[in-house]
Amino acid sequence: MNPKRKQKLILIIAMVAGVGIAVGLLLNAFQQNLMLFFSPTDVVAGKAPEDAKFRIGGLVEAGSVQREADGLTVSFKVTDNAKTVAIRYTGILPDLFREGQGIVSLGRLDDTGVFVASEVLAKHDENYMPPEVADALEKTRQAEESGKAAQTAVHGSNTVQMQ
Amino acid sequence: MFLWFHKMASPRFFYRLAEILIPWFAACTAIIVVWALYLGLIVAPPDYQQGESYRIIYVHVPAAWMSMFVYMIMAVSSAIFLIWKMKIADIVAEVSAPIGASFTFIALATGSLWGKPMWGTYWVWDARLTSELILLFLYFGYMALRTAIENRSSAARAAAILALVGVVNIPIIHFSVEWWNTLHQPASISKLDTPSIHKSMLIPLLMMMGGFKLFYLVNMMSRARTAILEREGGASWVRERMAQDRL
Repeated sequence: MNPKRKQKLILIIAMVAGVGIAVGLLLNAFQQNLMLFFSPTDVVAGKAPEDAKFRIGGLVEAGSVQREADGLTVSFKVTDNAKTVAIRYTGILPDLFREGQGIVSLGRLDDTGVFVASEVLAKHDENYMPPEVADALEKTRQAEESGKAAQTAVHGSNTVQMQ
Repeated sequence: MFLWFHKMASPRFFYRLAEILIPWFAACTAIIVVWALYLGLIVAPPDYQQGESYRIIYVHVPAAWMSMFVYMIMAVSSAIFLIWKMKIADIVAEVSAPIGASFTFIALATGSLWGKPMWGTYWVWDARLTSELILLFLYFGYMALRTAIENRSSAARAAAILALVGVVNIPIIHFSVEWWNTLHQPASISKLDTPSIHKSMLIPLLMMMGGFKLFYLVNMMSRARTAILEREGGASWVRERMAQDRL
């Protein structure tokens, strides 16, 4: 390669690397602002803003969804398998909302520590499969769980299964 | 090798090569896309959670993928143009920009149409969606910069540098779902060992990706041919060629 071209190549590589490093540092500095939501653990630890609106994300805890008499207000708990936060929401839930589903919710904490939501979004996971496959997987999971439950009963230990 | 490279670089050779390849690529594109759409929209089973609405991935994912792929082509061609002064690389970058912008727009539009029923919102300012929107603006900026500068060679240089600066956005788009909390789900098919998408749904998706890529090549080559004629209008080979075609 002739020296002039080589020089240009080095210049281009240096430019791309320089811009890359600058943007990397910038994104690193704004790390917290780029997070779309706080996890329930963050909220319980007091990392979330107290007087401002923020988003919380996690899984809807199984068995926690309760509808109130007006038919639109829903109370449920959101969990990251470590801590849980109670949420109250009045409005229409997205199609994918169900127990065990990941959600992202916008709102603020009230005085009692309940998250009053003005918006609930369902967070879809990356798994795509036909219904029959999902059924089969669910069956194996249940079989495994009942097997494990039997085991834990024997050993007396407590296993928390992360999803 | 270098000779071949040099020969490729001549607009005259590229013009002829594209002329031969376009009908073949166009036929392949039509066959693959129609077949993949049939497999994806009719044969593939519905999803266990989303039902039929997941089928938008057969357009959304290939379009989003192409939006980044076309940008990479633009950036690499721009680098080649800056280093080796290769005319054809500049032409490829120039004609790719509107195609890439269209793919980006399709990805954003289909994604937001899917987002309303599934997530509950058309748009959310999460890292993936925002970085993809920035990509659309990069394409627009690239095209605007090119037309804003009158002198062709300085426009080409400025646009090439812009394309290279913008390339940092590509890894950000790709890894945004891993680096930050986002509403957008993580990638389904880049984990090759255990894809998170069932085979019956994956195959049409991969075919669509191939089809989109061929479509891009056909579109890019035919646009490049036009651009070559426009730029080389005065060259003797173009005049000869035009005289021949008229007969």
